[in-house]
Amino acid sequence: MKMNQIIFPLVLALAATLATTGCKKGMTKVTPLPGSPQARVGGDGGAGTLQPGLPINPDTTGPGTGTGGGPLANRDEFDGMIKDPAALAAHTVLFAFDSAVVKKGEQSKISAVAAALASSASDKLLIEGNCDERGTEEYNRALGERRALALREALSKAGVSPDRIRTISYGKDKPVDPGHNEAAWAKNRRGDFILLHPKTGA
Amino acid sequence: MKKIFFNFLIIGLVAVALTSARAQEIDITHTGIFGQKPIPVALSGFTGEARQVLEFDLYVQGFSFVAPDAAQYLINGSDAGNVAGSVTDKFAKKMILSRSYNGASLRRQAHLFADEIVQAIQNKKGIGQTKIAFKSQPGGIGAGEIYVADFDGNAAQAVTTDRAIVAKPAWVPGRLALFYTSYARGNPDIFYHSLSNGQRKPVAGYSGLNTGASASPDGSKIALVLSKSGSANIWVGNADGSNLKRLTTGIEDSSPCWSPDGQWICFGMKTKDGERRRLAKVSAGGGEIRLINTAGVSNPTEPDWSPDGKWIAFTRQAGDFDICVVPADGSLPPTVLVSGQNPSWAPNSRTLVFNHAVGYRQVLSVLDVFTKQYKDCVRATGSNSQPAWAK
Repeated sequence: MKMNQIIFPLVLALAATLATTGCKKGMTKVTPLPGSPQARVGGDGGAGTLQPGLPINPDTTGPGTGTGGGPLANRDEFDGMIKDPAALAAHTVLFAFDSAVVKKGEQSKISAVAAALASSASDKLLIEGNCDERGTEEYNRALGERRALALREALSKAGVSPDRIRTISYGKDKPVDPGHNEAAWAKNRRGDFILLHPKTGA
Repeated sequence: MKKIFFNFLIIGLVAVALTSARAQEIDITHTGIFGQKPIPVALSGFTGEARQVLEFDLYVQGFSFVAPDAAQYLINGSDAGNVAGSVTDKFAKKMILSRSYNGASLRRQAHLFADEIVQAIQNKKGIGQTKIAFKSQPGGIGAGEIYVADFDGNAAQAVTTDRAIVAKPAWVPGRLALFYTSYARGNPDIFYHSLSNGQRKPVAGYSGLNTGASASPDGSKIALVLSKSGSANIWVGNADGSNLKRLTTGIEDSSPCWSPDGQWICFGMKTKDGERRRLAKVSAGGGEIRLINTAGVSNPTEPDWSPDGKWIAFTRQAGDFDICVVPADGSLPPTVLVSGQNPSWAPNSRTLVFNHAVGYRQVLSVLDVFTKQYKDCVRATGSNSQPAWAK
């Protein structure tokens, strides 16, 4: 059905061209093109100007929001909380190349973050998973999420309720060091902990 | 009507003759498929922009430009005001195409002439008038916008202005509409964007990762990556994001794409031990995960299934990135083509758009798979990646 929609106008166009061109030698008739820039898509003749996206309402709810029935905390519960990137900056966990395993040497950082959350019951936590620039973009987006989820799991084992934790993957889009060498890559394969304070007045 | 029918008959016969003539020339072994010699043509009479368009379009569809005495076809014409031209088959000693155009721009006329040349010589629909979408990052990393452009990179237009991280645009087949990932709401969420009226709708905005949307060939469904179950996996649902079903349960999956018959979803996955990357396919209705034959190629990701169903293009990583293709039926091991990543098939199932590094910037490029000829798209600024060819 779709193929017909695409092919039919082409057949018509070809037929029209042939009809006007004919087979007579030296009689090349002219094929006129529409004046407006055509926004053709894969042979579909839909003409018109491309419309830039209208604003996305940050509060839009609808299909596909919340937890979707999964085990992750409902992200709406984190709306409006105040980010405090400095509080836990010293505890950024580093990962090996292409790995989401929380190394034994990083365990003290997990304990420190768990202690910080234990001392302030109203705070929550955002874990940002990041990758170095090696690896394709979407692969890294998945790997960054796996790193963030591995840290969530480690914190859960250390006594932090997973309901207080939100994860986000930046893939390779948010390096801390823009360099292109092993020293930079080692710093960029990381999970950052952002402490979240309740919104003022709450 | 009789005359039209007669014309079709003639064109059909010429096409059959040409196709069978070439089939004899080409050695259909595995290496033969990807080491094909381009069709030598001589281009005369065209200048400036029209010549540029003809050269770009024909080069990335398997033609090369030679002197008239070495050419199989002579393409002669002019671009004084309007494009006009003819194609002569030197072996058959006859003119097989004669056209002239007016209206629109010289560039559009030249694209249309290129399409008619491809139709006349290869009996295939040309790609001269198709579009691509891609992601462009002014600073090379971080925030960027989604762009739509002619397939050669001309007439690029930003279709987002969110100044957010964006990713993985994907066309709805046959429609002026895209899916893409945007961090505009502070989380990687999937949006549908009608390019006809600018309306955008969130399709997936669950807790965790929402990315990699890919529309089914009939446009009714999407495959996507969600981590709401606790790991990044492949899901399938209606195009509006409703009626979601989880298809995989591995530790980390990415980049779903559809077979053109809508039966299969191919994707990148990680083995259970977290050590190896693989390509696999799963029935769009759910079921057993089957590995794709990528023997001899390390770290395959980013598969894209050709519209004719025969090939899967993907990226391998062996230090740097390379574009590879493998027969979808697994009958042969993959072939490494050129350096680059993020391949996306053109409607003709022989040309790919992809991105490759120039310094630390990504540049879009268009590749003819069978001759391995490629040319960079025009776009000087920023880093441009994740192209998607409209089909």
